Amino acid sequence: MSGEHAGLLGVLIAVLGGAIRVGTPFLFVSLGECLTEKSGRINLGLEGNLVMGAMSGYAISYLSGSAWLGVLAAGLAGALLGALHALLCQQRNVNDIAVGIALMLFGTGLAFFLGKAFIQPTAPRLPAIALGGWSGSPVVRAALEINVLFVIGALLAPAMGWFFRNARWGLMVRTVGESTDAALAMGLDVNRVRFFSTVAGGFLAGVGGSFLSLYYPGSWNEGLSSGQGLMAVALVIFARWNPVSCFYASLLFGGAAALGPALQSVGITWGYYLFNAAPYVLTLLIMIATSSSRRTLTGMPGAFTR
Amino acid sequence: MRLLEPLLIPLAALVVSLLLFGVFVALAGHNPLQVYHSIYRGAFGSWFSWQNTLVRASPLMLTAMCTALPARVGLIVIGGEGAVVVGALAAALVGIGLNGVFAPVAVIGLMLLAAMACGGLWVAAVGALRHYRGVNETISSLLFNYIAIAILNFLVIGPLRDPASLNKPASVPIGSDNMIGNIAESSVHWGLAYGLLACLTLWLVVRRSTMGFAMDVIGGNPRAAYLAGLPVGRLVILACLLGGAAAGVAGMLEVAAVHGRLSSSVNAGYGYAGILVAFLARHNPLAIIPVALLLGGIRASGGLLQRSHDLPDATVLVLQGIIFLVILASESLYGRTPLSQRPGVTR
Repeated sequence: MSGEHAGLLGVLIAVLGGAIRVGTPFLFVSLGECLTEKSGRINLGLEGNLVMGAMSGYAISYLSGSAWLGVLAAGLAGALLGALHALLCQQRNVNDIAVGIALMLFGTGLAFFLGKAFIQPTAPRLPAIALGGWSGSPVVRAALEINVLFVIGALLAPAMGWFFRNARWGLMVRTVGESTDAALAMGLDVNRVRFFSTVAGGFLAGVGGSFLSLYYPGSWNEGLSSGQGLMAVALVIFARWNPVSCFYASLLFGGAAALGPALQSVGITWGYYLFNAAPYVLTLLIMIATSSSRRTLTGMPGAFTR
Repeated sequence: MRLLEPLLIPLAALVVSLLLFGVFVALAGHNPLQVYHSIYRGAFGSWFSWQNTLVRASPLMLTAMCTALPARVGLIVIGGEGAVVVGALAAALVGIGLNGVFAPVAVIGLMLLAAMACGGLWVAAVGALRHYRGVNETISSLLFNYIAIAILNFLVIGPLRDPASLNKPASVPIGSDNMIGNIAESSVHWGLAYGLLACLTLWLVVRRSTMGFAMDVIGGNPRAAYLAGLPVGRLVILACLLGGAAAGVAGMLEVAAVHGRLSSSVNAGYGYAGILVAFLARHNPLAIIPVALLLGGIRASGGLLQRSHDLPDATVLVLQGIIFLVILASESLYGRTPLSQRPGVTR
């Protein structure tokens, strides 16, 4: 095998491994956002949930010694922020986008405040399943260390798709998101359905945050998130409000984000920081290509047509 | 009496947020009254703290405009952070390139123009994408922030890096002659004047010109604006351009008044705080001045809170977040207070 070939293969494997590792938080926040948006509300504040989740997950894992308890705590912290979003948005004249921005600032501020004490200590991390044991190459083995949370997320995506298609509650969420009038005519409590959708979405975003602090990069500090929570909204648009597409989109974004480090690992360092912009440029290009000022997007919940 | 509502509701919301914040610090084991006192001392208690407050308020006035002006045509733009970075980048490139070529006055003028042009075009692109392609402006402006920061990091660590800056990568300085000095004997740089001037000018545009009126029509009802024959697209893009230009100036100030060179420090979080200022001021450029002073004061008091109460520097972020949430919740009160139900006053 020539050196150049090994380099290219190394990049590909590193991008694949990175797609899974970097993509897992994307997966959870996008599934959470998808659920919330299906009910007809946009939660732009999932970045706050993500950072809060990362902090509380790490703190609880450190204090209790159990990483899984940390994941649960992260989800609950996210759910609380989601509840706050839902309660504020159901007031008259309150804009859900603005509340999202506020919760993003509040959630990150709160996480930095409470998390100050947990920057130094080392908490137990989440376990990984080594799927690369067959390979002799350490690069391959490192790339195929699959975290259990990724598996859970990968199963959750089709489950959520089934939920929207077949489950009674899933249909309720979709009805509320498509047309409040129809929902009211059916006797559904619109605010209550949206409340639970936002809370559950917030829970998932919190869990996504715990992946950051408990697995990869695997420690808590204030620069942990690079806006994964903010990208959730763009991801869901890209995935056309389809949970299974959210899964593929998350992998794509994770791969795009892993491109810079992967190239660096084979010695291409030029433009490392430009490659950091790859996921954002990708999102932007996709949005430009798929949006239109004349028609609405396929799959978009009816509540968003203005 | 309805005129009092826009004043009284935000004030009441501020009081409520301070109370909630008091509960929060009490839960964290601190005496709320002492913390309030420290915030006051750190923000407005002495000439020294006033100077700190003013230095922080000027960029907030400029970045708030980046959300406030597009909001008048009905767009929620959160791209202030990116415009600050792009403005700083443009100013630094001009400053470094023309250092010693022209007289300092001309260099400063050109830096200002470059920052305004680049910041303005950066956000105008968001408005154009929204108008011509229907791309959600909130998300695209957010993505623009990250792209701007990536370009900044690339240039500061790569092509523009001063080899002498070892630990913290930065560009070569723009030259001390090309810096904007301080006002009289104070430690407040002239950027404050830029901020005040921008607020006043844009207030005149928004409230006293036909263009501003047309923008409000678009913000209130775009369909009616179309039917009235208003150039909707042009005005939407113009509102974004003006807002972005203001935020670009904030970036120029970071280079030409604070750091003297380009580094990742020019991205100091004024963009996101500016969103809060704009919402608190209800997108009124004149109201942005006192709100920016208030927020600047809160941010300035962070250091004192850390020193005298051992509170983390994120405390001011929590207070900021609480204020933002309560202000948004208070939006639902408009038209429902006893003030708005006076007989003889029609809606």
